[in-house]
Amino acid sequence: MPVTPSASPPTRPAVVAVARRRALHGWAYAAPTALLVVGLFVLPVLLVGQMSLSDWPLLAGNQGLNAPENYVDAVTHRFFWDSVVFTLKYTLIATVLLIGLGLGLALLVQESSRWSAVLRTSILVPSALGLASASLLFYALYSPQVGPLSPLLQRLGLADGPVSFLGTPDSALWSTVFLVVWRFAGFYMLLLMVGLQGIPHEVIEAARMDGANRWQSFLHVTLPLLRPSLALCTVLCVTGSLLAFDQFYILTKGGPDNSTLTVVQLIYNVAFQGQNDLGIAAALSIVVLVVLVVVNVAQMRAMRAGQED
Amino acid sequence: MTTTALPAGAASPPGPTRPQARRRPRATRARLAGIALRTPYWVLTGGLALVFVFPLIWAGVASVAPQPGSSQVDGWGLGNYATLMEYQAGLPQYLLNSTLVSTMTVLFTLVASVLGGYAFSRFRFPGRNVLFLLTLAILMVPYATLLIPLYVMLNAIGLQNTLVGLALVLTVFQLPFATFMMRISFDAVPRELDEAALVDGCSSFRALRTVLLPAVKPGIITVGLFAFLAAWNDFVAPLILISDSTKIPLPLAVANLRAQVMGIVDYGATEAGVVVMALPCVVLFLLLQRHYVRGFMSGALKG
Repeated sequence: MPVTPSASPPTRPAVVAVARRRALHGWAYAAPTALLVVGLFVLPVLLVGQMSLSDWPLLAGNQGLNAPENYVDAVTHRFFWDSVVFTLKYTLIATVLLIGLGLGLALLVQESSRWSAVLRTSILVPSALGLASASLLFYALYSPQVGPLSPLLQRLGLADGPVSFLGTPDSALWSTVFLVVWRFAGFYMLLLMVGLQGIPHEVIEAARMDGANRWQSFLHVTLPLLRPSLALCTVLCVTGSLLAFDQFYILTKGGPDNSTLTVVQLIYNVAFQGQNDLGIAAALSIVVLVVLVVVNVAQMRAMRAGQED
Repeated sequence: MTTTALPAGAASPPGPTRPQARRRPRATRARLAGIALRTPYWVLTGGLALVFVFPLIWAGVASVAPQPGSSQVDGWGLGNYATLMEYQAGLPQYLLNSTLVSTMTVLFTLVASVLGGYAFSRFRFPGRNVLFLLTLAILMVPYATLLIPLYVMLNAIGLQNTLVGLALVLTVFQLPFATFMMRISFDAVPRELDEAALVDGCSSFRALRTVLLPAVKPGIITVGLFAFLAAWNDFVAPLILISDSTKIPLPLAVANLRAQVMGIVDYGATEAGVVVMALPCVVLFLLLQRHYVRGFMSGALKG
């Protein structure tokens, strides 16, 4: 629970005493943060490490060490590699589409006209929704019974019969990707717009004066200067996509035939659906954690190396 | 109509006409070309706006439209919302749960991040940098990785199945952004302001309350808005931490409601549920759009 420090008496003349008092006050103000971070972040991270090394059924609790059995079980789980491959595939598609589209949209709505403002707002509105709400909305939108998309496609002559958006592995993947692009494109547009606004006008004008056309100045001036923003977007998008859960849990439940099972869904299933083994789930979590830290560090390295050029 | 208003005409003296006569057709042509060039732009951007807004409008319309297999079969009306009102514990209960969780999360997040941001910005104390980095490190650890041990821990201390426990967990995930945001907000306020208050005999807490808080109000609104949206919309944390169906927040309730009767999905009630969940978010977003953008700006510029 947050601690509210009480008012202190006036400061004494001795400098050391004042500094010590200031440090004490500092700790008092930081105490709520410290309590939350230690209690609900540091301890759980340590605990998940212990759990990954222990036999830990959902209901029975800790049954003692059994390392490295959980890790072996995790990696040899029959859906482990399928879910890894699917998660990577999804991450690649989502990242390429979201950042490409985000950049395109950012360039499109850059100018400060009223229409651009309307456009920006309409592209951003979906990002106010929760991912779960958006997934439920698209679940209805895609449904063969009430969804308007299937009849629309049929009327346009793009489909012969009712379209099954979530019925086959490929259509389920692309339908989910479409939902995620709809929900997050505005977010990445905004981040990249901020990056674009940070590029001084004179630089681009100078390139124009030197005879560069629109495309050349974009390719050789704007893009390199946008690199930090693009790197930030990539880190966020890759991290978010590797941890995808809500959208697949709600739209496809991992189906059809476990073809859209992501790694986090696998963790959830192992922990709470059927297998009820928190030990193996913890081992899977540790694997994900390590991969994520490695990916993030590698991306930041690449970004820094790029900046030094 | 008079022709005198027009800048260039055949009757004008020859001297000044020459440049104007040359400029005018070019300007017209440029304007025509502009319109011709602009048309694909209008079509493209208009279509884009439609793609992004259409699903939201559709959900609103479909939730009150007649639909076979829902509670609103004949004519327009609020049948789906009536179903939602009576689903299991009832919409009011779920709304209350969501409101309680969101309010507590906003409150905890604001208390921790305002005091923490003040401490990190204005005080030097041992462990300050370690604590700050540790707070930011929360971003690096996947949600799912933490929820499994948190499930065990909350069970151990008797906070399982409670909204307070859920709100505390949600607060922790808000802390990196919130603490960072409040720290840079305090950093942006000139030190002379609170130092003057301290010299005048204010305690450090009084200086925070009377002098600094008004100055960091935009940061507080941004942090509060993000904490609210995150808590209101969160799905995974309650899915794992709350098993009592009368205590689940709205998103989980609506997701459960889908598979209500023998695998037949009540799409009408689902749409109504989406509208109830989305409406406060969209309204808040439209009202506080500037703060929403500011949140990203600070993240993008300094991150």
